[in-house]
Amino acid sequence: MIIEWGHLFLWMAAGLSAIQAALVFIPTAVLEQGRVRSTTMRLVAVQSCLVLLSVLALWYAFITSDFTVLYVADNSNTMLPLIYRISALWGAHEGSLLLWVLVLSLWSVLFSFGLRGRLPQVLLNRCLAVLGWVSLAFLLFMLFTSNPFARQFPPPLQGRDLNPLLQDPGLAIHPPLLYMGYVGFALPFAFAVAVLWQGEIKPAWVRSMRPWVLFPWMSLTLGIALGSWWAYHELGWGGWWFWDPVENASLMPWLVGTGLIHAMAVSEKRNMGHGWVVLLAIAAFALSLLGTFLVRSGIIISVHAFANDPDRGIFILAFFFVLIGGSLGLFAWRGSRLMTGFTMSWFSREGLLLVNNLLLVVMAMTILWGTLYPLSLELLGLGQVSVGGPYFEKVTAPWALALLLMLMIIPFVSWKRQSWRSLMTRHMALLGAIGFIVAGGLIWLWNWKMWLAGIAIALAVPVLASALYDLWRHRKAPSRAIIGMTMAHIGFSVLIIGAVIASGFKVEREVSFSVGDSQTLGGHEFTLVDLESIKGQNYDGVRAWFSMQDEHGERMLSTEKRFYQARSMGMTEAGIMMGWWRDFYVALGEPIDDGQRWTVRLYSEPLVRWIWGGAVIMFLGGGMAASDRRYWRSKQLEHESFSNEEASVTLAVTNVHGAALAESGETRG
Amino acid sequence: MQRSVLPLIAMSFLVLFLAVALFRPSSHHDSALIGKPIPKFAGTLLLKPDQTFTRQELIGHVAVINVWATWCPNCRREHAVLMKYASRFPLYGLNWLDDEVKARQWLQALGNPYNVIISDDDGTIGIDLGVSGAPETFVIDAAGIVREKYVGPLSDEQVENELLPLIRSLTAGASS
Repeated sequence: MIIEWGHLFLWMAAGLSAIQAALVFIPTAVLEQGRVRSTTMRLVAVQSCLVLLSVLALWYAFITSDFTVLYVADNSNTMLPLIYRISALWGAHEGSLLLWVLVLSLWSVLFSFGLRGRLPQVLLNRCLAVLGWVSLAFLLFMLFTSNPFARQFPPPLQGRDLNPLLQDPGLAIHPPLLYMGYVGFALPFAFAVAVLWQGEIKPAWVRSMRPWVLFPWMSLTLGIALGSWWAYHELGWGGWWFWDPVENASLMPWLVGTGLIHAMAVSEKRNMGHGWVVLLAIAAFALSLLGTFLVRSGIIISVHAFANDPDRGIFILAFFFVLIGGSLGLFAWRGSRLMTGFTMSWFSREGLLLVNNLLLVVMAMTILWGTLYPLSLELLGLGQVSVGGPYFEKVTAPWALALLLMLMIIPFVSWKRQSWRSLMTRHMALLGAIGFIVAGGLIWLWNWKMWLAGIAIALAVPVLASALYDLWRHRKAPSRAIIGMTMAHIGFSVLIIGAVIASGFKVEREVSFSVGDSQTLGGHEFTLVDLESIKGQNYDGVRAWFSMQDEHGERMLSTEKRFYQARSMGMTEAGIMMGWWRDFYVALGEPIDDGQRWTVRLYSEPLVRWIWGGAVIMFLGGGMAASDRRYWRSKQLEHESFSNEEASVTLAVTNVHGAALAESGETRG
Repeated sequence: MQRSVLPLIAMSFLVLFLAVALFRPSSHHDSALIGKPIPKFAGTLLLKPDQTFTRQELIGHVAVINVWATWCPNCRREHAVLMKYASRFPLYGLNWLDDEVKARQWLQALGNPYNVIISDDDGTIGIDLGVSGAPETFVIDAAGIVREKYVGPLSDEQVENELLPLIRSLTAGASS
């Protein structure tokens, strides 16, 4: 019965979402009433309780191994450990959708409570209406094409087990985090649509929205990092990023979301660039949906793709078209109303931030192109291609470097306008010198071959220095927003340093071992000490013990090759000796001569931990910034800090400045 | 035209493209080259870099060319299959867009199923042959005509049920 209740609750939730969505038909005068807003908020809360109850019902089926539920029979097993029975809920398509809807409902509740009194009633109501449409579409999609509560009789005696790839503590929390990011971008999306609908935007609203972009961005940051960490220790290739279409699908909204955060800073401080805010908010959510589409429709083959059902693809594509097409249509129609038409100097903080955003968007588009390019070739009948890591590394590296350059400069450029000379004398000379010395040192150390790494380090180290200096500069009155921003920038440079060094200076060897054999890698001697058979709850396999010897002594590492019977799939568990400066990584390959010898992959991975460390610092920075009191002030609705007078002064100044620049250019020429 | 319409247009193209992709007829192996003679090419050998290899050496017998690279995870999966069946037909390797040192290490560690491996570190031979990705396997008859192309890693079943019968029939055709 519990299962039927779960199913029923989903239908009821869909009904409530439909009412929430119907708010679009209610005239503005009615929406202005506080009564309507509080009713809507109650509606949203009840809806999320219903979704939560149906999630609990499905969990109940998993925990009691109720194989009459098709989804449970396909993704669980009586031998599956309890924690994986819980995480198996999102182990495949149907349950992931349920998680999607749950996360959306919870976000909607938090959003409506968090912004009550901080956004005007009408605007908040409209945001919730848009969220209602998104939620309704996904609920219907789930109920019509992929019902997680579908039953089968008679039930099988044993379930097919959870995909072994997903039987890992990291993967148990990776999807929820990622979804909190993807789905969370529905919040700025709803805001963007609501603002277009009203045809006006105010800096104070953008300010109140800031935390609601930072939260999903933080979740996405952590989710991506967790996925990368998982791939590192579970796939057994010593890599941390594979440019898999699904990884790309998570990176694209992240990049655009990062752009959105910066666009909002410009919009809030200078009352300009609102078009960017709206467009990036739509784009971030569009890319999140596109990610869903790519994974679910099976049009792109990927290790993550679990569902291969064209019907689902059509539904998501139609949904994408209506939702994103509709909002972009709204943008085409009314977007110009949001444009303030202020002229700005490019060499000002706002100007450079817009350049920075262009870089982020171009980077996301390059990745999108690389992800879809194989598909386009196939459609033209030119055969199937896999665009591998080398392409993505080549095309994204220049943009990443340009971003670092921006990061080095922007914190020191003032709003409105900045003269080159004062910037140069004040800070850049110092930073340039640091970069130059570091780059020179690196090139001297590692010769010219590693020029890309050299440039990256030459940029990243000054960024670190400048971030610390920026903190010191604001030591008197540090706002949480500034501390958070600086932390995120430090995290980004740490990540880039880690990524560049880890990929440029990774050492790998592939050798075959029998017990007693030794190999050296990076000054360490690896000896295969023992091979033993192992048996886990739902798998059996082989564990290899290696001793790793260097001048400091001897340490033991173990790596496993597991075979999961229910799915007849093999998995590698890498043996990793972690270190701040270098990881040593051993992965068992394939048996040779009936298991007497094994191929083994040995890796030395310098600074690889910095990649995830950097992501965690960015996450914490986002949290710090989101907690700034400025974003949580209520009653800031009516108060506007921008007058036309100020704008015209800026305009005049810009013109003078522009003329001066042109003149100096001529004299030089 | 207003600039603010551009995002809508861009998105419409994207959706159109994805819709076409979704409704495309599924074809797992087709190539413009099938039924045509294999184009001229010349390359050096991976294991004997002073020797060259040309199209001419493939003529006169049924040959299988396998495109592989060490950066391609599927090639590794396929490698075990190739090792198993290597003795059953003349297998040529095309080491595509790869690091030669890594490629040699790979062969040392995993074994070498190939008669001869042509090195194509800059991908030019790959372009001539219309290689679209790795792994990929071409079957060429005694007259040098490309008869079949498999995209993606070969499985045991594929070799047993498709590749070996095809080679058998091509060999019979050539000798009769």
